Amino acid sequence: MEAIQHEKVAELIKRATSDVFGTMLGLEVSVADTKLSAESSNNGGGGLVALIGFAGPWVGTGSFSCSPSMACRVADALLGTEHAAVEEDVLDAIAEMTNMILGNVKTELEEIIGPMLLSVPTVIFGRNFSTRSSMRQNWTVVTFEHGGETIEVKVCLTSNVDQKEARPGFKMGYSLHV
Amino acid sequence: MALDVLIVDDSAAIRKILQRVLRQSDLPVGAIVEAGDGVEALAALKQHKVGLILSDINMPNMDGLQLLSTVRADDTWKNVPILMITTEGSQNKVLEAVNLGASGYVRKPFTAEQIKEKLVGLV
Repeated sequence: MEAIQHEKVAELIKRATSDVFGTMLGLEVSVADTKLSAESSNNGGGGLVALIGFAGPWVGTGSFSCSPSMACRVADALLGTEHAAVEEDVLDAIAEMTNMILGNVKTELEEIIGPMLLSVPTVIFGRNFSTRSSMRQNWTVVTFEHGGETIEVKVCLTSNVDQKEARPGFKMGYSLHV
Repeated sequence: MALDVLIVDDSAAIRKILQRVLRQSDLPVGAIVEAGDGVEALAALKQHKVGLILSDINMPNMDGLQLLSTVRADDTWKNVPILMITTEGSQNKVLEAVNLGASGYVRKPFTAEQIKEKLVGLV
């Protein structure tokens, strides 16, 4: 099985994010930064974080995060209605954006590494919280800008076949194969 | 004659977008019924006589491909056009949907025009 290069994942994130923002929202995003990060925690300040899981020959997590004001802007453009604060529609909009962006990344990755499954996204909204993954691999992190706001999309994947443990404490037999 | 439509997607956001696209289209859309998965969709089909189904693929409880297969096997609904609208873009999934009887396939992200074009061809 081919290894996935960080640069390839970053390229797929950039393409999928630009495509989804452009097509569904009519908004242009520009890439502000691309990095490989060992740090799995998420901001620590607050805002919205949507998480989605990958399963198959490779397993991992994808995430989409932004500020509450950017989330409202995304929901306004996606749903065609105005949102002054984060409420159910805004959370739904961010969940669907995450599903579309990381779903498209998954589809492109499948051409390299074979079929994968995608979980239903989970959206977290609040203040002074952090998220942390127990995966030991590096994250491919791409930061986008739009109208003075930033959006961060990141992916962490590890082979479920080449390693004896897909996750710390979980042998391959406990992981999902398709 | 008005065309009643069933929208099946676990995302409330996508259901709202598709409602808007349908209302803004030139099609004579009547009632729009919503379902969050295949199980809800089959229940809705027993209550409403729809002339068109728009369905996602990846959904909890019963996915879009199982729904498609069930609808095509039922004499009451087998001729209803079904447009699959999904993030699943792999060639295998497209072929599976077509083989099961999907009338069309649109990959997310989509524009309103792409949906409208497909619908005009189906209805």
